[in-house]
Amino acid sequence: MSKIVRSAADLLYPFILTFGFYIVVHGHLTAGGGFQGGAVIATGIALMFGANRYKVISQQIRGKMLRTCEAVGLIMFIIIGLCALIDGKSFLYNWLANADWLFGHPVTYGSNTGDLYTAGIIPILNIAIGIEVLGGLSLIILYMLSGVSEE
Amino acid sequence: MRIFVVVMTILVFCGAFAYVSHSAMIRYGDPPYTEMDDYFIRNGQEQTGANNIVTSVVFDYRGFDTLGEASVLFTAVLGVGITLRKGSEWGGKEI
Amino acid sequence: MLANFPFIAVGIIAIAGIVTMLLRVNIIRIIMGLTLLEAAGNFLLVAIGYRHNSIAPIFTSAPEEKIRPPAEMVLPTVQAMTLTSIVIGVATLALLLSFVMAIYRDYGTLDCRSIRKLQG
Repeated sequence: MSKIVRSAADLLYPFILTFGFYIVVHGHLTAGGGFQGGAVIATGIALMFGANRYKVISQQIRGKMLRTCEAVGLIMFIIIGLCALIDGKSFLYNWLANADWLFGHPVTYGSNTGDLYTAGIIPILNIAIGIEVLGGLSLIILYMLSGVSEE
Repeated sequence: MRIFVVVMTILVFCGAFAYVSHSAMIRYGDPPYTEMDDYFIRNGQEQTGANNIVTSVVFDYRGFDTLGEASVLFTAVLGVGITLRKGSEWGGKEI
Repeated sequence: MLANFPFIAVGIIAIAGIVTMLLRVNIIRIIMGLTLLEAAGNFLLVAIGYRHNSIAPIFTSAPEEKIRPPAEMVLPTVQAMTLTSIVIGVATLALLLSFVMAIYRDYGTLDCRSIRKLQG
């Protein structure tokens, strides 16, 4: 692509990534969550793939890093779920809610302005799913672009 | 022959839809049997601590379905990687 | 009957998807018909859970008169099912399109009437 398109994409890339991470982390306070934020971050990576040449961009965003992201996300989800078995409760029980330890401020029924430090294991699971979805969708784009020849 | 099959398909689907919408469809804006959702709306904020009830349903009350969905996404990426592989017989190199 | 218009729209989109899958020859148009069918399914799920004069099931800065029990909120479990369905649709579409790329590399054409070999 021409130099104007590449410069504009380089300018927009950090803002799209920040917006995607904001949607992931604030999933328990407003609309959003792991899947939606992961898709937004994968859109930012797809913008970089569309604006640059494949040979140049595949040295920056490597397939090995995306594979590691995807696997780490899924393993983090399973380990956080298995930690609830230590207390004697079931798999994927919310063992951090209302506990005053990490993400544990209690919430009463009613309308409030939103406290980020609440909701137990839900923000941690949101981050794990966000990392997995960004790895997965970016890896699909990388695999499909490697099969198309440059003109 | 193809146009006959298409017209018969459309007629069968329209007939089925007309029958279902007359006898079995619910009214828009008034869903029946909402006891489970009323329980989630009443107790979801105190039990889980999240302000967003949909997120607390997806990740806390129905968290096992989310684990299955993450596995489906993982398997789809695995399938794409196997199908679009460039081995040495096609003259390409690994990603 | 006009009060049930979202359900009639679901039927129209579903029939459009099925007709597209039956009448087209290019493989990518057939996959577009499948995507229309999945969109109709997600639309039906979201339309079932609606209540009149209700807000979204989020307690952050919600207006006070809708929260006093019984709270007037839209059903939340149906939206969770729709989220799962959308992600599964994306996964299926990615796998289908990679198969189409492999077919095009082998046959050189995208006409579904000439892709008929079952082996080799």
